Amino acid sequence: MEALPITQPAHTISLFVNNKPGVLSRVAMTFARRAFNIESLVVSPAVEGRYSRMTIAASGSVETLEQVVKQLAKLVDVVHAIDHTGEDAHETEIALVKLECALDQRTQILQIAEHYKAKVVDYGTDSLILQVYGGSEKIDAFIGLLRPFGITELVRSGKLLMARGRQIT
Amino acid sequence: MVQCLEREGVEYIFGLSGGAAMPIFDALVDSKIRLILTRHEQGATHMADGYARATGRPGVVLVTSGPGATNTVTGLLTALMDSVPVIVICGQVIAPNLGTDAFQEADVTGITYPVVKHSYLVKNAPDIPQIVREAFYLATTGRPGPVVIDVPKDLSQGPCEAPFTDEVDLPGYKIPLRGDPAAIEEAAGYLMKSRRPVLYVGHGAVISGAGKAIMSLAEKLRAPIVNTLLGKGATDETHPLHLGMLGMHGTAYANKAVTDCDLILAIGARWDDRVTGKVETFCSDAVKIHVDIDPAEFNKVIHPDVCIEGDARLVVEDLIPQVDVLDTAEWLERCNKWRKQYPLKYPKQGGLRAQHVLDRLNAITRGEAIVVADVGQHQMWAAQFCKTRANRHWLTTGGAGTMGYGFPAAIGAKFGQPDKKVWAVVGDGGFQMTQAELATAQVHDLAVKCLVVNNNYLGMVRQWQELFFNNRLSGVDLEGNPDFVKLARAYGLKALRIRRPADIDRILTEAHEYDEGPVLVVAEVVKGDNVFPMIPGGASIADMLIEPPKGKLEKPVGSA
Ligand SMILES: Cc1ncc(C[n+]2csc(CCOP(=O)(O)OP(=O)(O)O)c2C)c(N)n1
Repeated sequence: MEALPITQPAHTISLFVNNKPGVLSRVAMTFARRAFNIESLVVSPAVEGRYSRMTIAASGSVETLEQVVKQLAKLVDVVHAIDHTGEDAHETEIALVKLECALDQRTQILQIAEHYKAKVVDYGTDSLILQVYGGSEKIDAFIGLLRPFGITELVRSGKLLMARGRQIT
Repeated sequence: MVQCLEREGVEYIFGLSGGAAMPIFDALVDSKIRLILTRHEQGATHMADGYARATGRPGVVLVTSGPGATNTVTGLLTALMDSVPVIVICGQVIAPNLGTDAFQEADVTGITYPVVKHSYLVKNAPDIPQIVREAFYLATTGRPGPVVIDVPKDLSQGPCEAPFTDEVDLPGYKIPLRGDPAAIEEAAGYLMKSRRPVLYVGHGAVISGAGKAIMSLAEKLRAPIVNTLLGKGATDETHPLHLGMLGMHGTAYANKAVTDCDLILAIGARWDDRVTGKVETFCSDAVKIHVDIDPAEFNKVIHPDVCIEGDARLVVEDLIPQVDVLDTAEWLERCNKWRKQYPLKYPKQGGLRAQHVLDRLNAITRGEAIVVADVGQHQMWAAQFCKTRANRHWLTTGGAGTMGYGFPAAIGAKFGQPDKKVWAVVGDGGFQMTQAELATAQVHDLAVKCLVVNNNYLGMVRQWQELFFNNRLSGVDLEGNPDFVKLARAYGLKALRIRRPADIDRILTEAHEYDEGPVLVVAEVVKGDNVFPMIPGGASIADMLIEPPKGKLEKPVGSA
């Protein structure tokens, strides 16, 4: 498996925010100001339409993270900000992987896909699109295995996370 | 819009008009709110800031779109850094033209995100009552700060039938009030064990009006007080337990007390780098307790032993019954010895000194005037020599250090506190950044007083160049300064000049007693004087220079 290009510790933060214009800019600027790199960010409507969810994977130093989370919580439109790093929460992600592949490579690729329960969602004469679900590490590993075959495009949904039981996400 | 502002009790709006704001200016014609036309939008924003700091009530600004709005950015930063409730209402291009590079369009909410507590872009006219209510609520509660309302012209021009409201809808916004009893108990426990405590008082104490409570706490414990540049006035600086200002240009005795204390209780102060110097050596052996309304300040610079989230006044009031008198006799004696050993001093011969002028200003005003300082050497000397005795009687830009703040902020303060004497203390550099507001003061016959400390240099920068850059002066000579007395007279002001030490009392008294309108006093001071004591940026407090150094100094590691 290929080493990830992450040198700083990775964190997952979920935000419960007012569904108002400008929230995303304010959140993104809070990260940028402390030189935190956002790896992925998923915004989706919450149960009540007036709120949204943001799930953010970011990397940076732990001390700075504590400060960033407090600064996020301070934004008027952020109802709550929770750092789930190190928690046993349910995490998942979806990736779409496009490969250009000759016929003689297909069997091997399909074997890897099967092992990872990936689905072939587009079958072309000289290309394939695979769709895979799972934790980010699993997807990283999957992509690592496929890389030698020549990945031409990669789209990942970004990390999704939900706290277990009665805990709040 | 204007009716909403009236409902909020707005007395004054500081502003400058233009196309996109015309409907609101038009509505002001029939309003009891007084419009103060300024000569620049930065001036308007600082006036609103000075009004807010002097009164505790929000200051309101009204400007047009594009350049009108961008001219308020410096004032917004100044207000944000010092937690001042300012509301800036900007005209905006008509809603259908948003995002099209229309004439005088600027993405004002975008440009101002980093310098506001919150902002609104009005999308529907019926939202206006709710937005105005929320803007005032946000600006003035919790940790106060500036709020921008951007209003497209078609919306401020059209009808609005929406009812007024007192409700706010801010589910993400919490205002800490009382502190956690367990944390307060823990803090009291530490206090009771202390023999060398110091109360370190910041702007949060001014904002929450915690001064009385802090004084009771200090007297009960018998603990000395120091304050930050912005904490001046929360408690009486002439009180025997008060050691004055700490930090880069604080008194030597305040800094020595902080260096040797065994406990430091921060009340609405945020361990700014101007205060701590090198963080690693700042009070490294002392117990640290931090009271703040903003939890994002905890563990940011320093890792305190106890953090208490809450309003400074309420927390201190809850702390008082839990503590008792401490055995600090020896400690107070040591502090007083330092006070005698290292007094603030300056030569009274060899030309006119800013320190001398400010020392006398303090005497002549009996510490009862509101003093508004700009940024630079004169600011530090004013902070040292003008002992502040009452809350909201010392205003200056601390966090942002905005040159050009002092004079317009003093105008705003005078509008807010017409029965008080208000003195601006400004440098020749900073004054020229907003001097156009001389006209604003003059047309309103506003009895604001402005002391220009003229050293013909950007003095504070020159001091750093002299001390740390081998006196290689670069871009600090204000050659080409006007004759400020003639300049003020050209605007119709009364203007006086101090040339010699012997003039000081006569001129300052004359200016202080003149109440018919604005007056400008220019003190032509010696050119090359430096502010001491001084802790070089990023150095430890122990490295404080109490007097001018003999040898050459290393370049400071901290920011200038
Ligand atoms: C808007 C702005 N520009 C630059 C600075 C950097 N600066 C800090 S103090 C200072 C010199 C101020 O000179 P003056 O107003 O004459 O006051 P003095 O220090 O001579 O008393 C400068 C340039 C600043 N604080 N604000």
